[in-house]
Amino acid sequence: MFIRRTLPLLVAGFFGIATIIQFFVPHPASRTFYNMVLDWMIIVTAFTYLMAVQSTIELHTTKIKRKVEGWQYSLVVLISLGITAFIGILGGAFTPSTILMKLIPAFKPSSTSPLMYTYLYMQVPMQSTIFSLLAFYMASAAFRSFKARSFDATMLLVTAAIVTIGRVPLGEFIYKGFPEIIEWILKYPNMAAQRGILIGVELGMIATSLKIILGIERKYLGGGK
Amino acid sequence: MAISTSIWIWISALLTLAIYSFLYKDNPFYKFAEYLLVGISIGYGISVYWHNTIITKVYNPLVHDKDFLVIIPLLLGLLMFSRFFKNYSHLSRIPIAFIVGAGTGLSIPSSFEFLFKQVQGTMPTAFTIGNLIIIIGVITTLIYFFFSMEHKGFIGKVSRVGITFIMIAFGAAFGYTIMARISLFIGRIQFLLSDWLGIIK
Repeated sequence: MFIRRTLPLLVAGFFGIATIIQFFVPHPASRTFYNMVLDWMIIVTAFTYLMAVQSTIELHTTKIKRKVEGWQYSLVVLISLGITAFIGILGGAFTPSTILMKLIPAFKPSSTSPLMYTYLYMQVPMQSTIFSLLAFYMASAAFRSFKARSFDATMLLVTAAIVTIGRVPLGEFIYKGFPEIIEWILKYPNMAAQRGILIGVELGMIATSLKIILGIERKYLGGGK
Repeated sequence: MAISTSIWIWISALLTLAIYSFLYKDNPFYKFAEYLLVGISIGYGISVYWHNTIITKVYNPLVHDKDFLVIIPLLLGLLMFSRFFKNYSHLSRIPIAFIVGAGTGLSIPSSFEFLFKQVQGTMPTAFTIGNLIIIIGVITTLIYFFFSMEHKGFIGKVSRVGITFIMIAFGAAFGYTIMARISLFIGRIQFLLSDWLGIIK
């Protein structure tokens, strides 16, 4: 019971209180502790990423084994994952590794690593294309849902239309005062609502954080004993 | 300008077209690109974690600097794998508790700092219509999200004003999101016509 429940609660409480205290202690040791905890968090997070990788590999391996519909695409995931990880680990993340430079002398310390080629010419274009696809779907979704049924819906519709049209040269061509109207909307009513929402979010975060540190909120431990 | 001869530009262009083919309907080209993106993104993540975390923050301090304190987070990280063993899976709660505890501890002071800055920003420095709108907007928005009181009578009316402000903010956010997506679309078309086909400069 101690290891299953009490120890995790003690760990969360100790590191929660310690990191709050260090914020108010202007001593170099406090700064060292802060940097150490940050580094530890980065290291532990790397292992949680590995868990996610394992889960993805298991999911796609099962799909291939069971020959479920579209299992060939799972093969694409596993092969591309393996190749990218291999060239990334051996060839260096941002600049070529010493192993790669020994194997292929054409690679210099100032060259781009093979991983960055896959990042710049495959990952980035595909990501931005997928996000740009949303422009079409957002426009059609807006057409279907943004009907001026009520005063609130009209406010949303009008603001979205003004901000969208007014930010392009066409808006200024239609009416010269568009940029000033947008500036005013963003600076006052938009800012007021954003601030209200953010204050609420921060208060909620502080309350939840305190509940976790004090051991009242325990959902992160998961189910079971 | 001529059509590109770079293999990387061709790969990039064909993958872009494969994704845009979804506008017609879901098809194998789109699915291939979609799954490829998943694989590459995970592989990229593994490589970056390997070099920036395992080598820089674990291997180098442990082997070169003889900093044995690194063993603690290393063990905590390894405890995550206890999830694979039914009898020891509860041990994975310890690293999770560390991340959650330290994360919340770090977030509380910064949350207070942010909160005070927002409240300070709401305080008027001069009496103007704009400042009055901000004060009314912040208070009514907060009241809209305050559920300890029933939204009836005066509170109901105030929260109605709050929702109007929220709708304006959502409208502005929506407009900005559309503009961001359209600018990405323009970027991709520019890439296809300029970098790949060389039709425009």
